[in-house]
Amino acid sequence: METFLEPFQYEFFRNGVIVAVLTGALCGLIGTFVVLRGMSYIGHGLSHAIFGGAAASAVIGLNFFVGAGIWGLASALAIGRVSRRGIIGSDAAIGVITTASFAFGLALFGLFGQAQKSTDALLFGSILGVEPIDLWVTAAVGVVAVLLIVGRYRALLFTTFDPEVAAVSGVRTGRIDALLMLMLALSILVTMQVLGVILIAAMLVIPPTITRLLTNSFSRMLWGSAVIGASCGLVGMTASYHLDIASGASVVLTGAALFVVVYAITGRTHRPERTVAESPAEAPTITPVTSVTPVEG
Amino acid sequence: MSVVPRSAAVRFDGVDFAYDDERVVAGIDLDIGTHDFLGIVGPSGSGKTTLLRLLLGILEPTAGTVHRTPGLKVGYVPQVETVDWNFPVTVSEAVLMARPQRRFWPRTTASERADVADVLGRLGIGDLADRHIRQLSGGQQQRVFVARAMLRRPDLLVLDEPTSGVDVRTRHEVMHLLGELQESGLSIVVTTHDLNGIAAHLPRLVCINKRIIAEGSPFEVLTPANLEATYGAPMEILEHGGMPLVIDRAIVPRRGIG
Repeated sequence: METFLEPFQYEFFRNGVIVAVLTGALCGLIGTFVVLRGMSYIGHGLSHAIFGGAAASAVIGLNFFVGAGIWGLASALAIGRVSRRGIIGSDAAIGVITTASFAFGLALFGLFGQAQKSTDALLFGSILGVEPIDLWVTAAVGVVAVLLIVGRYRALLFTTFDPEVAAVSGVRTGRIDALLMLMLALSILVTMQVLGVILIAAMLVIPPTITRLLTNSFSRMLWGSAVIGASCGLVGMTASYHLDIASGASVVLTGAALFVVVYAITGRTHRPERTVAESPAEAPTITPVTSVTPVEG
Repeated sequence: MSVVPRSAAVRFDGVDFAYDDERVVAGIDLDIGTHDFLGIVGPSGSGKTTLLRLLLGILEPTAGTVHRTPGLKVGYVPQVETVDWNFPVTVSEAVLMARPQRRFWPRTTASERADVADVLGRLGIGDLADRHIRQLSGGQQQRVFVARAMLRRPDLLVLDEPTSGVDVRTRHEVMHLLGELQESGLSIVVTTHDLNGIAAHLPRLVCINKRIIAEGSPFEVLTPANLEATYGAPMEILEHGGMPLVIDRAIVPRRGIG
């Protein structure tokens, strides 16, 4: 037990764990909407795009959150503009813009001699990169996210489940979508230090996927994902110290291991559900008269 | 949006709609009454869904005007085929999401619980409130989305293909339910592909293929000339049980009908 608790005597580790727990919970909350809206690729793309901004900030000495934040916002706007032309789909627009931004970041680090250490820290996460300011910024983003989700709970749920009917029912779906994209970009920004660019998308997806296996209720999935994300942050960071592996990899592997366990257990206890209408014995259909197949003879 | 006479809840006045240069509907003049039960029929791509979207205000006409009675509340039930049945919502959550959040904390109030129980009870699915939406039969699933629309206490209920892809029993359930709702004072508009199972049972039909081909009772609208103009294929009409029965003419000689 003493060995297990040993890293907690170091301030840098305590800060790192707090940030990891907060970002895990934040990823769980925002990731619920990302997963249910099928936006995983946007999360993945935005994190890569922000890497370019992070590199540029480091090279010119600008604050990380300011530089990477502006870059992320510009990338999101560029994705929207390119995909609105219609010829190119949004997935292709994300692919082009975000990978170009990512490559630009790699090139900057290479050119200005900050290559290996900075690049590895941003790509895979590093507890050593966590500073007290990160803790406060992450906490602030977490509070804003919770307030937004609580205060706009039904509009977010309705817009995620059925955007067209939500719009007809008076929900300002465009505004809700914009708020969600803003929260996603902010979450990626504050999570980058601990999880790294490559692995942020995993933490947006894994906790909600685990809770989806455990519940059929939206509210339980939402708050359950936050709890599971925070738990993965705590366990993953502790394992990272003891196993001497990158913090991002450790947190994601913890989540992946939990997913395997939950998937195995729920696979044993839950059979795939079938609606009554899909049951052959209870779904007689009669071919409409307007489409009777001609009979020869 | 402008005011319409009391007899009509919604009036289409010379309405056109086009995507870029491609005209989807043209010259639509149509009244939807305050206690109407209107079916819109036509082939795929004929503009049925566009007409619904213009009615709902999702689309704005490129020419003409859609007039709505001031304060008209419209409930919309989309095609169940567009619903993500794996989405984690219970029946009560799916219904309650349509109620605007009045307080900061989204906890369901006692009066909201009572309203949801009331609407689910009226639609005969009161005992399914805690079930996941996938764990329902086709008819029950359709009722959930009617319940969600009804929670807003609409004057006009709009349903897009409410019986698309469902079995005969579900079709009967849905039609029976809509008949009851219309009798209780609602105005109802449905789009459908099903000429015999749905359209022939409705009091009023509109046949559309970019423009309105015919409008009136099923006997007035479901004629060989109108159907050929709408669907581009010859069809026979028989009378069965006091209702028109549409038969694809291509199969008549081989089946020995007519």
